[in-house]
Amino acid sequence: MSIFGLFRKQQSAPMARERLQVLLAHERASASTDLVAVLREEILAVIARHVEIDSDKVHIKIDRDENVSILEIDVEIPLAATAQAA
Amino acid sequence: MGKVIVVTSGKGGVGKTTSTAALGAALAQRNERVVVVDFDVGLRNLDLVMGAERRVVYDLINVIQGEAKLSQALIRDKRLETLFLLPASQTRDKNNLTAEGVERVITELKRVFDWVICDSPAGIESGATHAMRHADVAVVVTNPEVSSVRDSDRIIGLLDAKTVKAERGERMEKHLLLTRYDASRAERGDMLKVDDVLEILSIPLLGIIPESMDVLRASNLGSPVTLADARSAPAMAYFDAARRLAGEALPITIPGEKRGIFDKIFGRKAA
Ligand SMILES: Nc1ncnc2c1ncn2[C@@H]1O[C@H](COP(=O)(O)OP(=O)(O)O)[C@@H](O)[C@H]1O
Ligand SMILES: [Mg+2]
Repeated sequence: MSIFGLFRKQQSAPMARERLQVLLAHERASASTDLVAVLREEILAVIARHVEIDSDKVHIKIDRDENVSILEIDVEIPLAATAQAA
Repeated sequence: MGKVIVVTSGKGGVGKTTSTAALGAALAQRNERVVVVDFDVGLRNLDLVMGAERRVVYDLINVIQGEAKLSQALIRDKRLETLFLLPASQTRDKNNLTAEGVERVITELKRVFDWVICDSPAGIESGATHAMRHADVAVVVTNPEVSSVRDSDRIIGLLDAKTVKAERGERMEKHLLLTRYDASRAERGDMLKVDDVLEILSIPLLGIIPESMDVLRASNLGSPVTLADARSAPAMAYFDAARRLAGEALPITIPGEKRGIFDKIFGRKAA
């Protein structure tokens, strides 16, 4: 930083960037909740036709990237149910 | 079949109308047939920026309501043969925009024009969703400033959910047009950097338009900046953006990045 920099106020852009990143991560998560809720119900129904699962053991998440959104589905199936299905 | 572009942003006053007119005129100067469509019903402005405000007889609502034919509502630009304007209504309510009506008009326009450029109103309500509904490509106009970036993020979410393309499960093509970029503020570190905005919104960059008096001068004259002063910095940035829209791969230049001789002598560094 030059000597003139000492008299300057601190740059504000880095702060803007950080606040936006935190805020948008939060807003994106809540904006896609509708879709997540619908998918969750329907996926649960499909799986439940074949194996018995606990509805709390189904986790769904959507992440947005440049070219694609990634839908993460995480379903925990009890051992007993897998044996029964096999 | 022509390509449908929506120029959108969420936030008002970021440069959608300016960009619609500038990109439309830039494409028409390549001898392509272009229509710019004003979706800002009740607050039309594209007619003014295009300098056609005294020639409006019929508008988009008249066509949708069956009170006029599309050919009667289209206004041909006085300077460019292949550039047309479909104005919005100033007096009617935006509830007169119906989904079927909009679809019919866009389908007809696509048959006649190479480019159908839709100038979206601000907000995320029906006006904005009608404007984006049939788009093949979205130009997301954003200023390097927190509230504009946030609203653009919201609009990107809508583009991925509420367009015909998205509903068909196809990928909606989206491009970032960073406007009102002020090189000196960026240098001081008091404006979000191009890379910051790109990283946050994660859509590809179509161009960077500098903040410039030339834009105001052009709108005072009633002429798209790419017609009023083709050699000005914002016009050249819009010409490049138009070429990228048409599929050319051009390197992006950040306005003001070329160091002047003064900066070289004193070795000033960008922050
Ligand atoms: N690059 C620019 N430099 C200077 N002023 C600009 C620039 N782009 C837009 N403006 C001005 O900002 C105001 C809002 O622009 P406008 O295109 O009407 O925005 P929107 O359609 O998004 O509401 C207008 O006064 C316009 O002249
Ligand atoms: Mg506008």
